[in-house]
Amino acid sequence: MKRILSIILTFCMICSLCVVLSGCGYTYAELDLRGEYTKEYAGTTLNVYNWGEYISDGSDDSIDTVKEFEHLTGIRVNYTTFDSNETMYSQIKNGGVSYDVIIPSDYMIERLINEDMLLKLDTSKLTNLDLIDNKYKGLYFDEKDEFTVAYCVGMVGLIYNTKKVKQTPDSWNILWDKKYKDDILMFNNPRDAFAIAQFMLGQDLNSTNKSDWDKAAVLLKKQKKYLQSYVMDEVYGKMETGEAALAPYYAGDFLTMYENNEDLAFVYPKEGTNIFVDSACIPKNAQNYEAALMFINFLLEPDIALANAEYIGYASPNTSVVNNPDYYYYGNEILYPNEANTPKTQYFHDIDNEIRNYYENLWIDVKLY
Amino acid sequence: MKNSALGRRIIACPYYVWAAIFIIVPLIMMVYYSITNPVGEFTIDNFLSLGKYSKAFLLSITYAVISTIITFLIAYPLSYAMTKLKISSQRMILMMVIFPMWMNFLIRTYSWISILANTGIINNFLVSLGFEPLKLINTPGAIILGMVYDFLPYMVLPIYTAMSKIDTSLLEASDDLGCNGWQKLKKVIFPLTLPGVVSGITMVFVPSVSTFYISQKLGGNKTMLIGDAIEYLFNIGPDHYNVASTLSLVLMVLILISMAIMNRFTDETDEGVII
Amino acid sequence: MKFLSKLYIALILVFLYAPILVMFIFSFNSAESVWVFEGFSLDWYKELIYNSTMLTALRHTLLIAILSAIISTVLGTAAAIGILQLRKKITKSLVMSVTNIPMMNADIVTGISLMLLFVFFGKLIGLNESLGFFTVLIAHITFNLPYVILSVMPKLQQTDKHLPEAALDLGCTPLQAFFKAVLPSIMPGVFSGFIMAFTLSLDDFVISYFTCGHYQTLPIVIYNMTKKTVTPDAYALSTIIFVTVFVLLILYNTMQNNSERKVARR
Repeated sequence: MKRILSIILTFCMICSLCVVLSGCGYTYAELDLRGEYTKEYAGTTLNVYNWGEYISDGSDDSIDTVKEFEHLTGIRVNYTTFDSNETMYSQIKNGGVSYDVIIPSDYMIERLINEDMLLKLDTSKLTNLDLIDNKYKGLYFDEKDEFTVAYCVGMVGLIYNTKKVKQTPDSWNILWDKKYKDDILMFNNPRDAFAIAQFMLGQDLNSTNKSDWDKAAVLLKKQKKYLQSYVMDEVYGKMETGEAALAPYYAGDFLTMYENNEDLAFVYPKEGTNIFVDSACIPKNAQNYEAALMFINFLLEPDIALANAEYIGYASPNTSVVNNPDYYYYGNEILYPNEANTPKTQYFHDIDNEIRNYYENLWIDVKLY
Repeated sequence: MKNSALGRRIIACPYYVWAAIFIIVPLIMMVYYSITNPVGEFTIDNFLSLGKYSKAFLLSITYAVISTIITFLIAYPLSYAMTKLKISSQRMILMMVIFPMWMNFLIRTYSWISILANTGIINNFLVSLGFEPLKLINTPGAIILGMVYDFLPYMVLPIYTAMSKIDTSLLEASDDLGCNGWQKLKKVIFPLTLPGVVSGITMVFVPSVSTFYISQKLGGNKTMLIGDAIEYLFNIGPDHYNVASTLSLVLMVLILISMAIMNRFTDETDEGVII
Repeated sequence: MKFLSKLYIALILVFLYAPILVMFIFSFNSAESVWVFEGFSLDWYKELIYNSTMLTALRHTLLIAILSAIISTVLGTAAAIGILQLRKKITKSLVMSVTNIPMMNADIVTGISLMLLFVFFGKLIGLNESLGFFTVLIAHITFNLPYVILSVMPKLQQTDKHLPEAALDLGCTPLQAFFKAVLPSIMPGVFSGFIMAFTLSLDDFVISYFTCGHYQTLPIVIYNMTKKTVTPDAYALSTIIFVTVFVLLILYNTMQNNSERKVARR
């Protein structure tokens, strides 16, 4: 008995030693900061809830955004991730967890604002707000710029493996091509998956007509037998290793995958595609409002925004990044297509409860098909 | 004297309170959610919508039954073979069977992907030998394999325990009475190990029928088992909690019924009948 | 026949250890992949030391496992003593049925029903967030309790009913009677209950998944990792845990064998 206990205790001690050690090893960058970051809120905890793989984390000698912020302000950041807007919404709505900073997408922000779940931002504290490109101010979900600060911008496109797909695809319909049976991946979340079917059918993404959604569901069911699997971020591994040949996914993530597998290529299909803006906001039940503002302002810092934009690979709404010739993706045609190459795009909007419930249930039908 | 008996009865009170709050009340909450709509009004719509999920229930039960049968078919001969060995080797092999359970089952399941993937270990090997690659991952077979793999120790443990307790003189007696191998198995060994088999079956069936991780990872998110349906509904927002609770309730009743049936096979008059 | 049965056992063990071997090998991969082995390196073990998310989660897991095992052992042992004192058969079987629920029920149902309770009461008393350290702890204690009770109870039934009374007659206070007379005789049961609770808590994913909120335990972090690209550092951590437990078990077993041999010699 005693022996076992002492063994367990030793085990715990070794582990806690590791935990202590974990602080070392990262060298802080010399940041050129515009805003002011005081230790006023040192010792408090800031809960940040963000998409997976959506912040520079110090790997491959990049800047570790969270660590830098902690170092600067003494605030402990509890950083957790979600993999769909709906999961994030569910977590916040049920009151189980409180977050101080969340970074959802446009249509979800619209829903959060409609349901009165966000706090207004004190823009006087956001001294770096002027860096945001005017294009990304006053967007449809937050016309007065009261609740949100844009973080990343992106479009969905078609990723394919040139070793397996010989022709250059130009349409979403290749995702229904039986030639590529078991080599096709698809979004594992209803909104994104339905959007592709809707583009195929030439529908409005925000249709309030149930029969539109029914038709899209039929198309998705038809696609199911050709699919290898439904994926979200699992797509990285599967495309990089050549496990799958075709996948619709976010343009920025393609650039990350391309770094690891140069056989991959990317197109914006001719039917059009979904454009999205992910923005930082503060939910109503936040417990550390001031620190949250400080964090959002920190994300806008040129050095930090640059590190994040390079790590994430999505287009940045931050002018200091886009106009920086040293930026790795400076002038990248996929992220910043010129007018001639810009595909037709549509934003998602929040849809009323009935339709939303309807398509969320249709998705179950697709999965059960 | 009376005092101490009373004292000993009172000592369990904290537990009774705990059980009431954290076992009974949550179940009541679940029932409450399943008979109301998101606004809190009484409704039976949730139960009416169950028909939609019948396929999920059917699939879950099918997969769980198949994987339970397979684990049984693997575990029973294994336990028998083990009891034929030296005591020290028996102990070692038992330890080796239980040991994987100390490792996170998510990681163990995940590493099957490395083995089964289209570009994974098995297929790489086949291709290097000049064969066509096989389609292994994202199939029902892969899901069942994952279930068998994850829950096999739960089947081996009780069967082996029951088998190692069999008095060898009984087997000798049956030999003397002229039983052949099959008769011995049917008439002596199997009845004596039945309680172990029953508890093994329940211990494999319950997690298999309710899993949501294995089907997602090894089935490529293409099959929606009942566990997946519940998880999906819980993750798209509180408006769907009601239907999710209904599904959980039905799942629970299903498990209780199957256990009641299983318990019929053993005439254990153990206290603690399942409701 | 003998050979065949040994071969069979060997095959099953290969089946059980194949994925573990894969994990072990790929934890030394120099590339980022868990599919293609490119070369030997210890980078992922180094990386692990810097991965604060995973190490924090490990700390959470251990803390929850130790606390929930201790609390459920104390509560459960007390409960077992009390339950055996119940005279009426109906009450007793009712109590045991309730006790069995968390053990018999599917994890997902237990997890969800507890979450509904926590969230409901959190809203009721106006908490800013209802899930966290305490809810995971409560959930873990709840599903550990039946295992403790069921492993203590048979030992209690085996001990002489008159043992505590004898101790009282000899002038012990009831507490002393418990600690000096009863506890030593049921210790093996209490201990195996504790170990069982510790193990179950360490490995639990489903129930924590629904009740943990911010307080993420290791299985939750691993789950989140398997939702994106799994890098070999998760494998490295599992390998470390695996080897630690393996060494501990071997040590424990040899010690036990030694002491058994000593007893036998006497």
